[in-house]
Amino acid sequence: MSFHPLMAYDRARFQKSERKIADEGPPFVFTPERRAKLDDILTKYPPDKKRSAVLAALYLVQEQVGYVTAGGMRHVAGILDLAPAEVEDVATYYVMFFKEPVGKHVVQVCRTLSCALMGAERVTETLSEKLGIKVGETDASGTFTLLEFECLGACDRAPVIMVNNAQWYECVRPEDVGRLVDDLTASKRDPAFSGCHLKVEA
Amino acid sequence: MEPVLTRYIREPNSYTLAFFLKHEGYEGLRKALAMAPTDVIETVKTSGLRGRGGAGFPTGMKWQFVLTDTPLPKYICCNADESEPGTFKDHLLMERNPHLMFEGCLIGCWAIGAKVAYIYIRGEFFHVQEILEAELAKAYAQGYVGKNILGTGFDCDIVIHRGAGAYEAGEETALIESLEGKRAQPRIKPPFPAVAGLYNCPSAVNNVETLCNLPSIFINGPQWFAGLGPEKNGGPKLFCVSGHVKKPGVFEATMHTTLRELIFEHAGGMRDGRHIKAVIPGGSSVPMLLPHELDIPASFDAVAKAGSMLGSAGIIVMDDTTCMVWAARNLLHFYKHESCGKCTPCREGCDWLYKVLTRIEAGEGELRDIDLLVSVGNNIVGKTLCAFGDAAATPALTTVKHFRPEFEAHVSEGRCTVPADWRATGMPVAAH
Ligand SMILES: Cc1cc2nc3c(=O)[nH]c(=O)nc-3n(C[C@H](O)[C@H](O)[C@H](O)COP(=O)(O)O)c2cc1C
Ligand code: SF4
Ligand code: FES
Repeated sequence: MSFHPLMAYDRARFQKSERKIADEGPPFVFTPERRAKLDDILTKYPPDKKRSAVLAALYLVQEQVGYVTAGGMRHVAGILDLAPAEVEDVATYYVMFFKEPVGKHVVQVCRTLSCALMGAERVTETLSEKLGIKVGETDASGTFTLLEFECLGACDRAPVIMVNNAQWYECVRPEDVGRLVDDLTASKRDPAFSGCHLKVEA
Repeated sequence: MEPVLTRYIREPNSYTLAFFLKHEGYEGLRKALAMAPTDVIETVKTSGLRGRGGAGFPTGMKWQFVLTDTPLPKYICCNADESEPGTFKDHLLMERNPHLMFEGCLIGCWAIGAKVAYIYIRGEFFHVQEILEAELAKAYAQGYVGKNILGTGFDCDIVIHRGAGAYEAGEETALIESLEGKRAQPRIKPPFPAVAGLYNCPSAVNNVETLCNLPSIFINGPQWFAGLGPEKNGGPKLFCVSGHVKKPGVFEATMHTTLRELIFEHAGGMRDGRHIKAVIPGGSSVPMLLPHELDIPASFDAVAKAGSMLGSAGIIVMDDTTCMVWAARNLLHFYKHESCGKCTPCREGCDWLYKVLTRIEAGEGELRDIDLLVSVGNNIVGKTLCAFGDAAATPALTTVKHFRPEFEAHVSEGRCTVPADWRATGMPVAAH
């Protein structure tokens, strides 16, 4: 089809939407515990404002499946009286929801100015070498995903790494990266890396 | 100055309710609840407290604007989204002194007639949220939050709401949208939140540090608070210093303190043998200052007079090993990534600024690209829905203004002329 005789507005060339169709994932219903948790969260908002719990519900989907699936989003839509597209609209906006399968450990390195000034680029480079993957990729065994993140709000502890949206490692130097990866692989946690604010300094 | 907000943060149990109660905890609330809400607002106005979230707007005035003659419920939204690059003060406050924020939320609710305060905390602060939730449960159990607070008959709930990774959620109307379960995209103002905010009800959005300042105003009096700093810039202030300094961290001081003192005395000065090249005084969104401009008080008004802004008081220090094209590109990556996409100049402009900066940094730029940066930047400033647009253009515009020869050197040499040993080994691949 063409709107202009000299311009071929054909689909293939001019309608390259970057939108990815959400991954269907396994059939989804919340486990009874997660459903109870969501029902509890819903009590914190006015009864006719169930939509406010959509982020919390998506976190629960992600906790259950590992990422946010189309099936999970439809389920959430059903509970919150929304259209599935409204849930997808939200899920695709926020960076902490994974829209496709990710590794067991999602390593997120802060790349913004204060961290970069303290060598975050080198940390990412070293991680990338050690794991054999580029930023944005998951390794073949599905153990690690490497991501870059924007300022995590702990710039005095630069460079900062967050794992799986929750676990923080601070003041990481390129030479620490090997130890960090080994710890994660062995599901250990080296206290030397983390909780700097919490740890009371002399 | 004797610290007010961070006085006890190094004590191991400073975050617990028991510790807080031993150190005048919830005393400010007790005093505020003994006053009429209008007097509470008057007191805050007298203290001159200005918002610590970025704009420095007087808090008392903000509360006064909240509609009262309406049957609708009212809300306090505590802005704990802290995502401005270079800012980490609310992080520390919440981690080490969560009850101070709860107390501030309750005082705010009493002042504007709200029965619920929503604390919107950024999703990444999950470790902080766990502390907040545990401490909030204790405060509920002991009657400091919930029904009949302190036996005064005042009922007020506090709800912690987790965001999910979006810088733009820090903008007040975007925060409200996000709380309502939508994309964090700002609304067109007016109406302002004070008239139609959360769930279209009158609301006030206040930063964590702003709310944390309230208890001391009621304990020590508004005159004490106003007297702590220069005129119209009263009270204690938290400054975050990061980047190329020896001892980065959060420092509490009055706004009499100069930027130079903050960098050289509080933060330990520059690393050995290095000197300052540029300083961003208020989070990545504000114009840079040069080394000779640092002898000014770090107050809202003095920094504004120097052509920048105190913003969130996130002071980022760059030494002479920093390539300014690289720094601008780094920040534009942030802004291009975080633009909510609602207005075209910001959404497209950030992307273009990033692409052109990448091209110059990779040594593939042309001289006219430098003017292109300025032209794209100027076509974003003032043409967008929220302040993000101006903020995003700032790193590109101010680096070109102050460091144009560096841009020209990239073009003429075809490579980065200031490569530092702390940067990635590879050059950026130019985006075509
Ligand atoms: C793009 C953008 C991001 C913002 N991010 C934050 C933030 O992370 N935290 C914050 O407290 N205020 C942030 N603000 C400022 C808020 O819009 C608002 O002014 C502030 O929360 C008001 O609180 P205050 O009066 O106590 O300062 C941001 C503003 C803009 C335009
Ligand atoms: S200026 Fe940018 S961030 Fe703000 S509303 Fe427009 S597109 Fe969104
Ligand atoms: S820049 Fe990395 S935490 Fe702020």
